[in-house]
Amino acid sequence: MKLTRREALVLSAGAALIAFAGGRAGPAFAGAAETDQAIKDFTGGTEPQSGRITLTAPEIAENGNTVPVSVYVESPMTAEDHVASVMLLAEGNPNPDVATFHFTPMSGEATATTRMRLAKTQNVVAVAKMSDGSVYVDRKEVKVTIGGCGG
Amino acid sequence: MATPKPRVKVPKTASAGEIVTVKTLISHEMESGQRKDQNGNAIPRKIINKFTCTFEGEPVFSCDIDPAIAANPYFEFAAKVEKSGTFAFEWVDDDGSVYTADAKIEVN
Repeated sequence: MKLTRREALVLSAGAALIAFAGGRAGPAFAGAAETDQAIKDFTGGTEPQSGRITLTAPEIAENGNTVPVSVYVESPMTAEDHVASVMLLAEGNPNPDVATFHFTPMSGEATATTRMRLAKTQNVVAVAKMSDGSVYVDRKEVKVTIGGCGG
Repeated sequence: MATPKPRVKVPKTASAGEIVTVKTLISHEMESGQRKDQNGNAIPRKIINKFTCTFEGEPVFSCDIDPAIAANPYFEFAAKVEKSGTFAFEWVDDDGSVYTADAKIEVN
């Protein structure tokens, strides 16, 4: 079979697409279901509400090896009413868990900044658990140019 | 690799009840366990899995860490100071080693 240049281009583009889709669906990445399960394990089944928690992450991360992220939760941070912990998750990493921050009234303010790895373009999720048991969630999509999980 | 070197930044002075920003960094490769060497063997995981900050023995902030935290883990957080004292920081490695640092703060 002899291919014209145009046919060859279409074919290779198709092959690349299939490889890309296959890579996305592959078992190596966590996906939304596993992330939801991790959130459930963290909250103990409480339905997360939106608001109060703000997740700050860059829209585009050129290097997935070190992506700065910060979380802030509105709270008076008193002994009766404070943020107990905040869990960070990445839906598209091989393992959705990133880190869990634990706060105390001594923190004064429920805020934390760190640098994380992102394997590919994906949603980053922050879940806050308050001392009264209520749960708040925020999500941000981060576009990743170069993935950060090695190969 | 060389012994991880912790670095912390805390203001030297603060007024009572002030919320100060604490910045910490430790040099550590945070090997995720996902990478493979030239022969295709997985490189074993070796990360810092726990970080804690206490003020005069009272917990202020702590963090459970998974492999998705970047190399040379950096944490920035807030602390409310009512009196002069010392912040103690502790990083726990997968191999069981513990790295520590401390910083004094003067309240006037």
